[in-house]
Amino acid sequence: MNYFPEEVLEHVFDFLTSHRDRNAVSLVCKSWYSVERFSREKVFIGNCYAVNPERLIARFPRVRSLTLKGKPHFADFNLVPHDWGGYVYPWIEAMAKSGINLEELRLKRMVVSDESLELLAKSFPNFKSLVLVSCEGFTTDGLAAIASNCRFLRELDLQENEVDDRKGQWLSCFPDTCTSLVSLNFACLKGEVNVAALERLVARCRNLRSLRLNHAVPLDALQKILVQAPQLNDLGTGSFLHDPDSEAYCKLKNAIKKCKSIRSLSGFLDVNTRCLPAVYPICTNLTSLNLSYAPGIYSSELIKLICHCKKLERLWILDTIGDKGLGVVASTCKELQELRVFPSDLYDGVGNAAVTEEGLVAISAGCPKLNSLLYFCQQMTNAALITVAKNCPNFIRFRLCTLDPTIPDAVTNQPLDEGFGAIVQSCKGLKRLSVSGLLTDQVFLYIGMYAEQLEMLSIAFAGDSDKGMLYVLNGCKKLKKLEIRDSPFGNVALLADVGKYETMRSLWMSSCEVTYGACKTLAEKMPRLNVEIINEGEQIEASPDDRHRVEKMYLYRTLVGPRRDAPEFVWTL
Amino acid sequence: MSPPLLGVEGQSQCNVSLMASSASADRVAQNGLGLKERNYLGLSDSSSVDSSVVPEEKKSNLNLKATELRLGLPGSQSPERESDFTLLSPGKLDEKQLFPLIPSKDGICLLSQKTVVSGNKRGFSDTVDGFSESKSTMFNEGNWMFNPAGSDSGQTKLAGNAGMNVMLSNRSSGTQTSVKTEVPAKTSNECGNKMNGSNANSAPASKAQVVGWPPIRSFRKNSLATTSKNNDEVDGKPGPGALFVKVSMDGAPYLRKVDLRTYSTYQELSSALEKMFSCFTLGQCGPQGAPSREMLSESKLRDLLHGSEYVLTYEDKDGDWMLVGDVPWEMFIDSCKRLKIMKGSDAIGLAPRAVEKSKNRN
Repeated sequence: MNYFPEEVLEHVFDFLTSHRDRNAVSLVCKSWYSVERFSREKVFIGNCYAVNPERLIARFPRVRSLTLKGKPHFADFNLVPHDWGGYVYPWIEAMAKSGINLEELRLKRMVVSDESLELLAKSFPNFKSLVLVSCEGFTTDGLAAIASNCRFLRELDLQENEVDDRKGQWLSCFPDTCTSLVSLNFACLKGEVNVAALERLVARCRNLRSLRLNHAVPLDALQKILVQAPQLNDLGTGSFLHDPDSEAYCKLKNAIKKCKSIRSLSGFLDVNTRCLPAVYPICTNLTSLNLSYAPGIYSSELIKLICHCKKLERLWILDTIGDKGLGVVASTCKELQELRVFPSDLYDGVGNAAVTEEGLVAISAGCPKLNSLLYFCQQMTNAALITVAKNCPNFIRFRLCTLDPTIPDAVTNQPLDEGFGAIVQSCKGLKRLSVSGLLTDQVFLYIGMYAEQLEMLSIAFAGDSDKGMLYVLNGCKKLKKLEIRDSPFGNVALLADVGKYETMRSLWMSSCEVTYGACKTLAEKMPRLNVEIINEGEQIEASPDDRHRVEKMYLYRTLVGPRRDAPEFVWTL
Repeated sequence: MSPPLLGVEGQSQCNVSLMASSASADRVAQNGLGLKERNYLGLSDSSSVDSSVVPEEKKSNLNLKATELRLGLPGSQSPERESDFTLLSPGKLDEKQLFPLIPSKDGICLLSQKTVVSGNKRGFSDTVDGFSESKSTMFNEGNWMFNPAGSDSGQTKLAGNAGMNVMLSNRSSGTQTSVKTEVPAKTSNECGNKMNGSNANSAPASKAQVVGWPPIRSFRKNSLATTSKNNDEVDGKPGPGALFVKVSMDGAPYLRKVDLRTYSTYQELSSALEKMFSCFTLGQCGPQGAPSREMLSESKLRDLLHGSEYVLTYEDKDGDWMLVGDVPWEMFIDSCKRLKIMKGSDAIGLAPRAVEKSKNRN
């Protein structure tokens, strides 16, 4: 290997895009490590506290694109207190100081302040792409800074962030010279936008491919925008409300017909279902459809729409579609690969709009290419899951969520162990699994035995004893993330194989049976883990009793020791 | 004195009637109430809850009870449940399911364990003691699902607090505080089957009683809450949202409500109404009009409703009573204010067609 000049190695490594491949390659020998680190442009950091900015910059001085993830996954569901951490500012500051030529920043579950956005916008002249998913802490002022200063901005993609609206005119801050936008997604913003500025922006960005509007953009503006941008691939409508007998609507219909490149459709945040037929012409070529934010579209309308979408590969929908609607999906969308069915009715207990195991079985029978599922359902049965496992052995992601977290098999009243067991046994490539319903230790035995490729497992209200967790820890060799809530797993399971946690990214346990004493023991034994105890709302005692149960524990491997930005209520043991 | 109306939305009737009529809570789909006297008020009545399905928790008794026919305004609860709600039950307590939520006016939940049903209507069994008016509880229902304190004080494996006594948390980390408004998004006639499904587990499942369950991003939860609010319309006003109208039937003890937006043809509406009112026509299909206990077949029902016995009419914007079916569906839902299933004999004078129809069948 030594006689390969470095340029050749570098050239070969250029073909390696996946960070896992590059990580593997770096381990071969010192010269490969060296060549690789200078040539790596895209860095992925799955836990922002596993390393720090200095180490990133030291190892990868040529980094151009950085992906960072902050809070643990359960933060999405209000289980992590607000100020837990995950601040991006130190990263931006460090990179700015070191002259990194940052072009792309992708953040998930991080706290992004307006100051960070301003610093970002002003420090990196070639900055092209900002993707924020499920982040918080910024306002439209920060967006204005990005718009004003990033001269070559190609992508501004805001997905499901909590953004404060400052009633500024951030959209108008895009200078007239900005013509480089390829992707603009502000669907999650709550406030008004300057529609005229938006229309002008779209008109001058001839390369615009993806545009997702928020609810403040009315239908007649949409029409004008589409006239300017018939080349769009991905459209998220804003409000889709209008009088279907009006001229504006008629014009919209014509404008949509000309958009022959649209492959992905979303939005319909406010909708008059009588306006929906306007989109039928583009349905035939759609590969991705997201109606999960459109509770105003009822089952019959959904069905009518979906009947046109024969090429659909990805469908995100609300459970208002019903089992019957899923049957229609099954018979229409033969190319379906990913399905997500979200609950529409979160506050009333009655599952009128919910789906059941019937819908899932129908889908599995009709859509053999299905490999990714998120399914919120009213009820489930083992028989159904066994059938699904037989029909669809290709699952990579399987997330089933019964609305009642401990509901048993709806027919036999048995736990759902056998059903999930069938899934893991049949789907040999399963990487991500979420289980729910009434479950005993048995399901974890199955998971440990069969889920060899499993990387992420989410458990809630399941299991009977430590054995359950032990089965998983012993069996799933590739496990990277384990998150458990409200399950009777305790110290025995936690401490059985402490070395395992260094092979994983993180472990979350809340409302389980682990005690302070055990967490302290673990922290002592494993210095390269941060074992964080999150105490919120409780009195923070100076030294809690070792036998006291820990309410929330989050541990993760790290190269840089306890973090210095932890708030008062987070103790790193 | 006619028996009380159940709930403003009517959707809960289906669920409740199922529970009330099958004490073992098995999954037989039944829409009919039968003609037994029901304790609509659900007071001091453990007799209808004798057999509990779930063996493991004795508190599950409550769950069945929780789904008994209840009287009163949405969200209100009956007095005798209080004592049971202090206990952690397997999260099946679900009065929420019976009553749609109404947004909290000020974000503060005042619902305490002591809250009592506000009984606007009296049950015909006349056991009406101990009620107190608490209209304010209506507006605070929205927040009762969430369990801020429970997350720390140790939720059981199965569920957090019953939720009855839940207060909104003001902690920044706290539970979801957004409240979905009263969303009449469900059709009452579909509720039955789904309810049955979850009944296998004792009582109908209560969804949002646990922090962070179902696991949905707050952003999504908030958005859906807001969007529903936008989509909801005042009763009767056409718009993108639901369109609930009252449906009355001559001789029926109470009215129902249907969401016209869930149907797209007259046929669908007609079938749905047939199903909904089958329990009442049940009593009139015997030769002498004596109550008949046979399972009413669909075709028989249809005959009844399409035949000379009954005619479907509606009151339009101008206040006139019109025969359903004359105008295009879209126009119909734009102008329909309420529906009425009239006896054929009463329908004479509505429209010549109605009269002819009656004559022909006779």
